[in-house]
Amino acid sequence: MSTYKIIDHEYDVLVVGAGGAGLRAAVGLSESGLNTACISKVFPTRSHTSAAQGGISAALGNAGEDDWRWHMYDTVKGSDWLGDQDSIEYLCKEAPRAVIELERYGVPFSRTDDGKIYQRAFGGMTKDYGNSPVQRTCAAADRTGHAILHTLYGQALKHNTNFFIEYFALDLIMKDGECKGVIAWNLNDGTIHRFRSHITIIATGGYGKIYYSATAAHTCTGDGNGMALRAGLPLQDMEFVQFHPTGLYGIGCLISEAVRGEGGYLLNSNGERFMEKYAPNAKDLASRDVVSRSIAIEINEGRGIGENKDHVHLHISHIDKKIIEARLPGISESVKTFVGRDVTKEPIPVVPTVHYNMGGIPTNYKAEVLTVNGKDKTVPGLMAIGEAACVSVHGANRLGSNSLIDLVVFGRSAAKRAIELVKPNTPHEKISPNETDKCLDRFDKLRNGNGQNKTSELRLAMQKTMQSKCAVFRTEKTLKEGVDEIKKPYNGMETISVKDKSLVFNTDLMETLEFDNLIRQAITTMESAYSRKESRGAHAREDFPKRDDVNFMKHTLSWHNGKEVKIDYRPVTLSTMSNDVQTFPPKERVY
Amino acid sequence: MVQFNLPENSKVINGNYFKDKSGSKNIKKINIYRWDPENNENPRIDTFEIDIKKCGNKVLDILNKIKNEIDPSLTYRRSCAHGVCGSCAMNVDGINTLSCMKSHKDINGDINIYPLPHLKVIKDLVADLSTLYKQYESIEPWLKTKTSNINNNEINQTKGERKKLDGLYECIMCACCSTSCPSYWWNGDKYLGPAVLLQAYRWIIDSRDDERKERLRSVADKLKLYGCHTIMNCTNSCPKGLNPAKAISSLKKMLATN
Repeated sequence: MSTYKIIDHEYDVLVVGAGGAGLRAAVGLSESGLNTACISKVFPTRSHTSAAQGGISAALGNAGEDDWRWHMYDTVKGSDWLGDQDSIEYLCKEAPRAVIELERYGVPFSRTDDGKIYQRAFGGMTKDYGNSPVQRTCAAADRTGHAILHTLYGQALKHNTNFFIEYFALDLIMKDGECKGVIAWNLNDGTIHRFRSHITIIATGGYGKIYYSATAAHTCTGDGNGMALRAGLPLQDMEFVQFHPTGLYGIGCLISEAVRGEGGYLLNSNGERFMEKYAPNAKDLASRDVVSRSIAIEINEGRGIGENKDHVHLHISHIDKKIIEARLPGISESVKTFVGRDVTKEPIPVVPTVHYNMGGIPTNYKAEVLTVNGKDKTVPGLMAIGEAACVSVHGANRLGSNSLIDLVVFGRSAAKRAIELVKPNTPHEKISPNETDKCLDRFDKLRNGNGQNKTSELRLAMQKTMQSKCAVFRTEKTLKEGVDEIKKPYNGMETISVKDKSLVFNTDLMETLEFDNLIRQAITTMESAYSRKESRGAHAREDFPKRDDVNFMKHTLSWHNGKEVKIDYRPVTLSTMSNDVQTFPPKERVY
Repeated sequence: MVQFNLPENSKVINGNYFKDKSGSKNIKKINIYRWDPENNENPRIDTFEIDIKKCGNKVLDILNKIKNEIDPSLTYRRSCAHGVCGSCAMNVDGINTLSCMKSHKDINGDINIYPLPHLKVIKDLVADLSTLYKQYESIEPWLKTKTSNINNNEINQTKGERKKLDGLYECIMCACCSTSCPSYWWNGDKYLGPAVLLQAYRWIIDSRDDERKERLRSVADKLKLYGCHTIMNCTNSCPKGLNPAKAISSLKKMLATN
């Protein structure tokens, strides 16, 4: 039994995470007068939204005719028909308003000649239902995420959101299947806090760090997803992990799709523009899963570049220097800093790198968390948004620039729904200390771990297994081996070692708690991938190369009870939300 | 004659020495400031021998290697590792920088790593930035428009007007500049410092903002703004290549000519 002193807080709504989604929700909630707290394990502007480069999609039509229905078609096709069409309709219809709102918040968007928000071409974004490329991705040079994140933090300050910064969320407080708040650990002074709230919004981002090589930050450990699993809730579509085609070789740093949007192209060791072969129409601007697979094939067939023939080149030196300076300054700086090359003269070495998790906590378009009990039902008191959530608007493959718009559209939607559901200052019901004790027992057990397994070693074993068994191409054999192998680092936690026993800013313990979250997601990812015997979007099975709509046009749900994984499925929503648009029926996906 | 000494518990003592066990010939000594608030001991300098050939190119790679392989209790902030989040700001080889962007190959001899200067240390390399964050809040970093409810269209901005934000909006608030500024060291509670003044200027110069005058008036203060004595450490230390000193002089010029 643990004996930690607990500091109590009561709020109408609690947002966990302060990236783009969490901040947008917090802004809406605070503005409405709900007593809102936002807790984050890092200072808000350190969140990984800051790393988003290329832009945010919305059919504004600032660079030629555009229509949100075309955006919707592209997103459905990009999702390989695993996305829910009601939610996608909501996303694309709301997108223009959400971007204008950001502009009015103060985001320093780049501009067109007539002073409007600049829009660039991006992979999979087309006009007239797939006919030709469209410029739909609104950009602030190649630092769009940074610009949006800092602006949203300013807005949250304007509306007096109560921030709890460098608080690490440990677990959800659940009572009879309802969420009543969160237990968190204040890193700055080591105290434990119990936040009670009528609604808890999980906005904790993705879990890219289950892989060895990822564009994701060290902090992308999917803590909210880990908490959901421990609360007995399922995660959805975890097998769909996006490999970004152009991660900086050997470093993992993201090289934005904007590079190809501005005219860059890929070359193999024979100097061939190989994307012409794989995607004759869209070429280098095919969707990310397609480009990543093409690069992997080029490398596997011996046309990779370098001593080990293990990467390809991205060329932009043919583009006017002034355009590079104005529109791609950030990637020019990164390439200079990390591989010492001048992009105006030399090619950029790139390789597909883990970038985004399409899967996460299942929700409807109102951000309410779903679970299944015979049929879909919502989990009262709990919402999820952003990369932590699976709405699902990205389905089996997300289009570039659709994640930033996902953050603000569903951040706003969550706030809107919470405002409908919660009357300000409603009293909180009593909760038994059991839930708190259970959470703190786990905390205490890990903190006092005196075994022989270092967290860093278990984490490395997990990352190497995911990287080798659950990569761009997957087979029954690799996944079966992966399912067995990934259990080892999980079981290793029984004899984990945490050297630092302190409570103030104990990053040894924090990394251990993060590992506990990561490994559960790694296990559910591997099992979900093993169970899906088809190829769809980012999930490419060499032994099942075709999409199988008869058996697998459904969302995977995975539970982890601490011992084993349970897999189930729920249907994809094909019907639209309104009569403004008709369902896009499944068809073959070619670019 | 008054004598100034550090309090006994603030004196930095020699700490632990972690010797390389591999017998490698590519050893670099890494000296790191350590302090644990919970054990009542003095701050100390631990030394780690690192095989530099078996380590990534950046100083952050060294810290991660130490934390993963030698001493998991080593405490520092880090997140993106690509120079965009601003978490891993610290003093490396005498200069404030982002450890994820600083190449250790550029450093001759031992590498000395300290927390950002003149801040309260929370633990090891983690310093308390809460004052700076409050100052950031004080400049009201959000767009103020008088027309906000009239229409819901975007506010147009010419390319030229937008260009004025370049070199300003890129700031990642790592605090390398402010904590390298002697003026900020002495008057950090009153002088806003280069990071926050750069941000103040970012909103003042934004063509879309309708409260330029009010904003200028609120920073026009003997200490808030004129605490800057053009020492230029800020600009020299900025890991993103920004020029806070220029932003501050632009503010002073606007006040002088308005």
